[in-house]
Amino acid sequence: MSNTLIKLSNIRKSYPLDGFDLEILKGINLEINQGEFVAIMGPSGSGKSTLMNILGCLDTPTSGSYMLDGKNVENLSADELAEIRNQKIGFVFQGFNLLSRTSALENVELPMVYAGIDEKERRRKAIKALESVGLRERMHHQPNQLSGGQQQRVAIARAIVNNAPIIFADEPTGNLDTKMSMEIMDLFTKLNKELQRTIILVTHEEDIALYAKRIIKIVDGEIHSDFPNKQKASQ
Amino acid sequence: MTDLRTILSIAVRAIRANKMRSVLTSLGIIIGVAAVIIMLSIGNGAQITIQNEMRSMGTNLIMIRSGSSTSGGARMGRGSQPTLKNGDADAIQEKVAAIRLAAPVVNDSGQIVYGNTNWATNIVGTDNRYFEIKEWDLAYGRVFSQTDIRNANKVAILGQTVAKELFADMDPLGKTIRIKGLPFKVIGALTARGQSGPGQDQDDMVYIPLSTAQKKVSGTQFPDMVNMLMLQAYDADSTYTSQSEITALLRQRHNLGLNKDDDFTIMNLTQFMEMMQSSTQVMTILLGSIASISLIVGGIGIMNIMLVSVTERTREIGIRMAIGAKRWDIRWQFLTEALILSLIGGLIGVAIGVGGVYILPLFVSMSAELSTFYVLLPFCFSGIVGLLFGFFPAYKASLLNPINALRYE
Repeated sequence: MSNTLIKLSNIRKSYPLDGFDLEILKGINLEINQGEFVAIMGPSGSGKSTLMNILGCLDTPTSGSYMLDGKNVENLSADELAEIRNQKIGFVFQGFNLLSRTSALENVELPMVYAGIDEKERRRKAIKALESVGLRERMHHQPNQLSGGQQQRVAIARAIVNNAPIIFADEPTGNLDTKMSMEIMDLFTKLNKELQRTIILVTHEEDIALYAKRIIKIVDGEIHSDFPNKQKASQ
Repeated sequence: MTDLRTILSIAVRAIRANKMRSVLTSLGIIIGVAAVIIMLSIGNGAQITIQNEMRSMGTNLIMIRSGSSTSGGARMGRGSQPTLKNGDADAIQEKVAAIRLAAPVVNDSGQIVYGNTNWATNIVGTDNRYFEIKEWDLAYGRVFSQTDIRNANKVAILGQTVAKELFADMDPLGKTIRIKGLPFKVIGALTARGQSGPGQDQDDMVYIPLSTAQKKVSGTQFPDMVNMLMLQAYDADSTYTSQSEITALLRQRHNLGLNKDDDFTIMNLTQFMEMMQSSTQVMTILLGSIASISLIVGGIGIMNIMLVSVTERTREIGIRMAIGAKRWDIRWQFLTEALILSLIGGLIGVAIGVGGVYILPLFVSMSAELSTFYVLLPFCFSGIVGLLFGFFPAYKASLLNPINALRYE
């Protein structure tokens, strides 16, 4: 279980603001192993979204190094980052971020479209992924014909369909009621347990974070605490 | 890289999501392409009309006219003094290799009379080579015989206009007409040729043997002189290349010293035709260019709508980027959309333009002629316009930052 998937060394990120640089991340050091289920918590403005963007290869750090799956990614071009995201990372967002007027099936196929996988294979894998989130019979529905929980499950299917080792979930339950939130979190737990997917969850809700095996708290651009969730880690 | 089918289906979906807008966007291209096709076809029609006129005049023609005379210091203009002789035609035909045939021509005009009708027309004295040069067949009757020429017989061959004006529905063959008061027997009539330019009716002529014209009709004080030689070269190039040879030969025959001007003028009718043709070509290009402007305006319409579309779909672009779309994937998506809009517009424009070319002559007296090239050209141009004006919005979309794009409301 010492297979390091993510290694951040002294990651800093600053934005120019009114003539001087505002430092959002002040030297983050972090290692995440294959198969972990990590929750990143922190108040708004703490820098957790910025950290999430860098971890998700949507943004690059101002300084520091980021090794993802054995490859340094801190200085890659936009297209190279796009490829990393496509191959290594599945995203689940708070606002679901599905394409409108596009069926669940086609939404799930999308990462494979950009991976250049042929149509038949795409369809087969997408149906399988939808099946694993329990939405096979809804695959031809468009997002506006699905409930919030169902939309989020489509998004999860999209995140796992390309066999990406990491799933980033940014406030995945933010727009859902308690019952649906529990369903979604159970699904993440299942993916982590049964498929050994590494899950990185960003949330500000304590009870959601408790689904994770490790909880990292960010305050003011620095890691404030990083400890295993005793209740889950032992399982 | 995404496959073509997927790119196309994404673009078609986006276009169908905004049907009304897509139709209105394409309208600019539709009007542009239709306008270009109609304009080019009008120009093409004019060109074909000229080509037909040229063909009716004969091909590879050279005209040599007698030089100017000088009378008391006043130069009298081209052809005012006959300097060319019958023998010049034979000499050119014999000695200049590029010339197939040469016919001597005496021009005159006068009143011709049959019964109580009369008609003012052109009288042309020549020999049978003239008809050969102009590749002109008889409608009926016969051409001049050797005897006609040797004896300067008073026989005439009528142009169709003259035949119609004098004889109406009657058969002119064998009838006697009076040309400048002298009786002539009609031995034949030429087929109709029509106009050779504005107001020049090639059929309004009466032809008589050269010898008859010189000795009996025109009554010039220079027997054996002709106003003009009509030559036909073997091909179009020879009409240019043979000129210096003809000039040298005629100068020698006319005993012109080195310091003397030519006493004749060579006119290359092929050159004249080519000039006419190039001027209609210029007109075609001009008409086409003006119409193309509307096509370009249509392109700007596409660019405008694509920019709106990129802004509206910022979030979609963000999702695609987060999931792994590279910059060219995004670019191709929007370029394809612009291209489909413009090509569909182009197709409809072709249909309207082609229809317009058929309908147009019903309303205005203009000959418009379609040609494959003039239909394909604006269609391809519409595609180029789509690519050109689609590129900027597509480029803009591809430069979006996925984080900001995802956050866009």
